[in-house]
Amino acid sequence: MSVQATAPAAETERRAQGKRPRPPISQGARSERRLAFLLCAPAVIIMLAVTAYPIGYAVWLSLQRYDLRFPDDRGFIGLSNYATVLTSGYWWSAFAVTMIITVISVAIEFVLGLALALIMHRTIIGRGLTRTVVLIPYGIVTVVAAFSWQFAWTPGTGYLANLLPAGSAPLTDQVASIAVIILAEVWKTTPFMALLLLAGLALVPDDLLKAAQVDGASPWQRLTQIILPMMKPAILVALLFRTLDAFRIFDNIYILTNGSNGTGSVSILGYNNLFRAFNLGLGSAISVLIFIAVALIAFLFIKLFGAAAPGAEPERR
Amino acid sequence: MGQPLDPPPEQPRLHRGRRGLAAATAVIAAAALTACGSEAAGPPVLNFYTPADNASGYAAAAEACTEEAAGRYTVVQQTLPKSADDQRLQLARRLVAGDEAVDLMGLDVTWTAEFAEAGWIEPWPEDIATEIREGTLEGPYETAVYQDRLWAAPLNTNTQLLWYRTDLAPQPPQTWDEMIEMSEALHEQDLPSYIEVQAAQYEGIVVWFNTLLTSAGGQIVSEDGEVLIDDGPAAMQAASIMQRVASSPAANPSLSVSQENDGRLSMEAGLAPFQVNYPFVNASINTPPPDGGGGGTFIDEQGRPTNVDTGRRVIDVFAWAPYPRVDPNEPATVTIGGLNIGVSTTGGDQELAFEAAACLRNRDAQLRNALEGGVPPTLEALYSDPAFQAEYPAWEAILDSLRNSSVRPKTPAYTSISIVLADLLNPPAEINPEAIVPRMAEQIEGAVNSEGLVP
Repeated sequence: MSVQATAPAAETERRAQGKRPRPPISQGARSERRLAFLLCAPAVIIMLAVTAYPIGYAVWLSLQRYDLRFPDDRGFIGLSNYATVLTSGYWWSAFAVTMIITVISVAIEFVLGLALALIMHRTIIGRGLTRTVVLIPYGIVTVVAAFSWQFAWTPGTGYLANLLPAGSAPLTDQVASIAVIILAEVWKTTPFMALLLLAGLALVPDDLLKAAQVDGASPWQRLTQIILPMMKPAILVALLFRTLDAFRIFDNIYILTNGSNGTGSVSILGYNNLFRAFNLGLGSAISVLIFIAVALIAFLFIKLFGAAAPGAEPERR
Repeated sequence: MGQPLDPPPEQPRLHRGRRGLAAATAVIAAAALTACGSEAAGPPVLNFYTPADNASGYAAAAEACTEEAAGRYTVVQQTLPKSADDQRLQLARRLVAGDEAVDLMGLDVTWTAEFAEAGWIEPWPEDIATEIREGTLEGPYETAVYQDRLWAAPLNTNTQLLWYRTDLAPQPPQTWDEMIEMSEALHEQDLPSYIEVQAAQYEGIVVWFNTLLTSAGGQIVSEDGEVLIDDGPAAMQAASIMQRVASSPAANPSLSVSQENDGRLSMEAGLAPFQVNYPFVNASINTPPPDGGGGGTFIDEQGRPTNVDTGRRVIDVFAWAPYPRVDPNEPATVTIGGLNIGVSTTGGDQELAFEAAACLRNRDAQLRNALEGGVPPTLEALYSDPAFQAEYPAWEAILDSLRNSSVRPKTPAYTSISIVLADLLNPPAEINPEAIVPRMAEQIEGAVNSEGLVP
């Protein structure tokens, strides 16, 4: 992500330099540059070892027929794992479920998060306390929270299920289960959204709002015409982070339904193929497809929000 | 190590930190050296990986066998996670990596073919296999056989019975059809009416399906991977029973997420007149809370659960019967569960490991597991043991059920088959018995050849 984010910056820099020939590098500068490379090297090597190698290995596995249970049938099969995944109904239904959860939960989180951020920003009394209270859900381990949601929505043991008409069991139905999963996600990560947006709110100068107020701008106009445009970089970061996170949703679903009743996300599908079916080839193909989807989402966000991307030149806005 | 630990008085304070560090290093080094030394000197260590449930029972067996070996080997019990999926995953990770510390493993009965085909377990030598077979129940023995060879020693087994309430059903139902009728009649009188069965999207629903299918004379897949599920009407019959149980107005609305424990709780809460489940439900209702149901809730004259002390509890009307039939003229063939001991191909001394495995499943170990772990033994003779009979009042029904049991498909791809079947059969209320059979056949075909995704 960071590579893509800084790419436009590098481009503008190059354009600013024009096509002038580079001045010759002095001896001292050259050795300094060599030192810089040497100082970077350990970090680069570690990064390659812990990220590039596993990703490369997953891509390599995804091109093979590789099932742990059939060690004799191993072999290179090109892209046919991808064909299997992309022609499978399981992949597309998991993809649809993932997209629905992502879009709805991020939309709700954004609205609620913005409201919370505005409250936290404007609170005068008990500021620290408000912020702490708002952050509590984010501090709770997701799996623990998911278990408590599961109990709450199970008839007999749960206080929430008991509020529903007798005989309804929300976690046994696809639509209701997805709603519960979205609720658990929203409850859990709205504070994170609020925190990122709060940082953005700090960028909005108070004088500007006061001037607008004097000019007769209504609160709604101030929000949509001044606050939101000024916060654009923070909003991009918040939405991007949450969308990428939500797309990879795993733990809440794993605990709440474990993918039953058509509630599995793409990550659940990948897990089941890798760690239950022991099919490393197909499972890796799913993982690579998730990686591509995530990269696409990041790319689209940056394109959509254009120059507001973090790291871009502020003058070009 | 030879350095004095107390600094001489003239030593400046500044050096204390470094000296402390040196001392600590020396201590660690010494500890490491002693650890290595003791390992080299003692008898070979055999690690026995077992499920977390009843881990203390397996550890006791390991201790007893170490003693019996009189210094020739030491068995050390190692605990795996609680869920079978996690156990399998952890074992597979170790075995694929060639972990030399895995010698003996507690294997779920459904893993035999998979572990054998993948080359993770050793086949048993003929002579020891013959010894193991002697006195072992046929059904549990079959679970450890693949391609005519023995791959593991049967340790524990398990089977399901029908547990019912005598006040709501004076005569236990003989067949599933009868049970559904009785439950609906109870529902019309506004009495407890649930039929509890494992119907969540997991292995349990596949066990239910397999029992119904084999009881109706069908089979999922043959040992050489031929798909037989769409051979004859058995699969449709089984699917139809599941659909009728789940979609009945008398059914538990949470049936499609019910596992073994949910059924037990529902019966103890007085909501279910029937459940098909493992013998642990009997132990549980007889155990005081918080470990067990403590006799279940109070019930009133009609049999409805109540908070009032009526002096009558669920346990007073609690009884068991053979698993309901599909065909009224043929007893049901209940799917066998349980645990076998396999010898890893990656471990050290395999000859010693076979010997230790035979010891770990001896009479004493099996009796201990039955009494403390709640899992029935595989040695037939134990069923006439008074201690066992006292703990398992349903022992006769259990033994009958084991003698007439069915084994889940013996194919290396069983887990994939199980995943696709569980996905297709859940939620059971929405099964279309005619449409589901060809879909099952198609998905199983893919799973057997390790092609196609699992959901």
